[in-house]
Amino acid sequence: MTATPLHLAVALDGAGWHPAAWRLPAARPRDLLTPGYWVDLVRRAEEGLLDLVTIEDGLALQSTSPVGPDHRTDEVRGRLDAVLVAARVAPLTSRIGLVPTATVTHTEPFHLSKAIATLDHVSQGRGGWRPQVSARPEEVAHFGRREAWGDPFVDDEATQAVVRDLFEEAGDAVEVVRRLWDSWEDDAEIRDVATGRFVDRDKLHYVDFAGRFFSVRGPSITPRPPQGQPVVVALAHAEVPRAFAARSADVVLITPHDNATAGAQVAEIVAARRAAGRVGPDHVFGDLVVLLEDDQAQADARWAQLEAWSGRRFASDAELFVGTPQGLADLLLARAEAGLTGFRLRPAALPQDLDAVVDALVPELQRRGAFRTAYDDGTLRERLGLERPANRYATTGEALA
Amino acid sequence: MTEQTVRGKPRKQIHLAAHFPGVNNTTVWSDPAAGSHIDFSSFRHLAQTAERAKFDFFFLAEGLRLREQGGQIYDLDVVGRPDTFTVLAALAAVTERLGLAGTINSTFNEPYEVARQFASLDHLSAGRAAWNVVTSWDAFTGENFRRGGFLPQDERYGRAQHFLDAAFALFDSWRGDEIVADKETGEFLVRPEVGTFRHHDQHFDISGAFTTPRSPQGRPVIFQAGDSDEGREFAAATADAIFTRHGTYEAGRAFYADVKGRLGRYGRRHDQLVVLPASTFALADTDAEAEELGREVRLAQVSPATAIKLAEQLWNTDLSDLDPDGPPPSFDPVVSDELISKGRASVRMHKDPVATAREWRARAEAEHLSLRELVVETTNRQNFVGSAKTIADQIDRYVQDDVCDGFILVPHITPGGLDRFADEVVPLLQERGSFRTEYAGTTLRDHLGLGQLAAPAAATAEVGA
Repeated sequence: MTATPLHLAVALDGAGWHPAAWRLPAARPRDLLTPGYWVDLVRRAEEGLLDLVTIEDGLALQSTSPVGPDHRTDEVRGRLDAVLVAARVAPLTSRIGLVPTATVTHTEPFHLSKAIATLDHVSQGRGGWRPQVSARPEEVAHFGRREAWGDPFVDDEATQAVVRDLFEEAGDAVEVVRRLWDSWEDDAEIRDVATGRFVDRDKLHYVDFAGRFFSVRGPSITPRPPQGQPVVVALAHAEVPRAFAARSADVVLITPHDNATAGAQVAEIVAARRAAGRVGPDHVFGDLVVLLEDDQAQADARWAQLEAWSGRRFASDAELFVGTPQGLADLLLARAEAGLTGFRLRPAALPQDLDAVVDALVPELQRRGAFRTAYDDGTLRERLGLERPANRYATTGEALA
Repeated sequence: MTEQTVRGKPRKQIHLAAHFPGVNNTTVWSDPAAGSHIDFSSFRHLAQTAERAKFDFFFLAEGLRLREQGGQIYDLDVVGRPDTFTVLAALAAVTERLGLAGTINSTFNEPYEVARQFASLDHLSAGRAAWNVVTSWDAFTGENFRRGGFLPQDERYGRAQHFLDAAFALFDSWRGDEIVADKETGEFLVRPEVGTFRHHDQHFDISGAFTTPRSPQGRPVIFQAGDSDEGREFAAATADAIFTRHGTYEAGRAFYADVKGRLGRYGRRHDQLVVLPASTFALADTDAEAEELGREVRLAQVSPATAIKLAEQLWNTDLSDLDPDGPPPSFDPVVSDELISKGRASVRMHKDPVATAREWRARAEAEHLSLRELVVETTNRQNFVGSAKTIADQIDRYVQDDVCDGFILVPHITPGGLDRFADEVVPLLQERGSFRTEYAGTTLRDHLGLGQLAAPAAATAEVGA
């Protein structure tokens, strides 16, 4: 029995996180580009009372190579823009948080800010964002605006410098996006018929960001989103990204494979958050790839089938769990003791392992008092215990509170 | 009585679209019936009204910086918009057939990103996406973007054309038959080199593999909105539909003949470019009541403060001391590259301000009009004023007489401003046989009669010079 219930997220990507998952009988590989597929998945996750779903994305075709397309024909290739998938699902769901991935490296912070703000408007306070850095050299060529760099996994000084710059730029992007979300005060729209004024322009603010990578004047064209600041979620599995995530994100995703590592990384992130002046709950979620069956033998057999189809050994940054819902509940509760406040589960196969999370893992955690038994009303921030932040530009915040 | 022909010619089918009310003084936010401009419920209401009335599409404008006048954010009109792609994707969830047209700037975006957003929107709406391509090279808007800067007017369409060429190379990089997902054989793709593209010109040098497989329409329906010679030529060469402001009978016919006449040069047929003026309307039970309503709406659109601000846009100088109920300024406008008003689309700017101001003054003197009355008379008369029957007659006549192929209707109230039109005018157009009673197809190309695009000939689309 844990004192604090866990938060649970599911990471949606194609037919699941195992590259051969699309071949399973329950898989819907020909539906991956249809809206119905995504609506079904997110509604299923909502039936499981999950906190949020993330939706993967990238500005390059999926590939096993770090530097370009791999020209494989036996794995899922091709995907839709994750922000638009989230928006398409929003009106057809009512409680679950929607956290699409969007790349910050080649994109415009101004567009990102209004896109996520609009997601928050259309979902009535359930929007979030997982900012992602692009280190892939072929994405540079897709945009044609920067000097190309080489394999980002080569460990030399030049590559390290590129990576540091990419995360510095990501930090700037999140800062600009957050400022733009605040560039409208909540009560800027006044509709004052007597003076003919629709807005009080004193409550619209230039953000005037100027940095190494871009400058943005503001204000946003989009009024402040319902949550004030939609939830920023960042994945970090190395020191430089962890520093970025601690500074910029509301929820940090990490990929420890044991409690000692989890504890150390949570401590590092919490310290970095304090150093950056960040207050409120320190949400650090553990990421796991999960395959669930009613008994261990079935789980092992399905995993073996996937590996045999794939013809390459599954590799992941995250810990892999192949087993029963009870076994996964044991593992999550054990990992939580290291200070993790929740988990993001990456289903090995969709919809199968999402179904198992909803139908078996969630009830198991509920029996142990470790997961909610109903949604309460409220925004995604509220579900995570995050206050609706005061507007950094507001001069009248006291009066409003 | 439905006639299949009109004066010996086959009866043309009208195309209709719903323009979400914009951020200019056409939109009357002060009306008690006026709702939110940002809550999704407003977008849903207008889109579902349009779909109920079997409209072709919903249309959303865009502006990427809040407008300013005299160095301050302009506060008299509606301010604030959603992100175009995001709200259209959400609308795809609450509509089934209605086309979803978004204005997206080709200046402050990159082809790879825009192409995957439109391809995604087209997938997520099962073939209902449209792209109104606009350019704006003002450094003012550029201050919000990495790609800021300024481009002279005569280079803008060239760059926009290159942007579209690059986007087309991306849309065509998947043929649409690559994904087989054969669980037995383990073959997901039939070809390894999917999505391969390369595009090189003086503006863009991009290559690689595109993330998003070919969408139901192949690419979004392309709209163009410019009115200059370059804009018309660009539309004739590339666009599927042209969004115009020539709402009057004579000007419309001349424009229609001009742009349709340009199509042959590009090997295109007459019906491959749909001409749609933006139009406002005042609808009431009788023509007399509609006249009265139209006048009331125009007065609401031009408050005393708005009259001053609109005059400032023409005179290009501070007129805050002017009495809106007195005469217009006695002096000529300030002619300068530096405009008092920033962030407005160039088509709305006054081309020859000195001549226009002199016309205004002459009219004010002749008709004894105050500045505000003058503004009301010169800038804001609704295109259609009358009972449902009068408006239906006029809309049908304009289309049958080749003034246009239909209209993009701009209601003045959000979100209910189209309700009466849908309930009263549309049935009359349907009775005449000029407007669909059911959607015949599922995609926006179907609704507009554009036919299916052929799949790209080669797996690798290569464009460039």
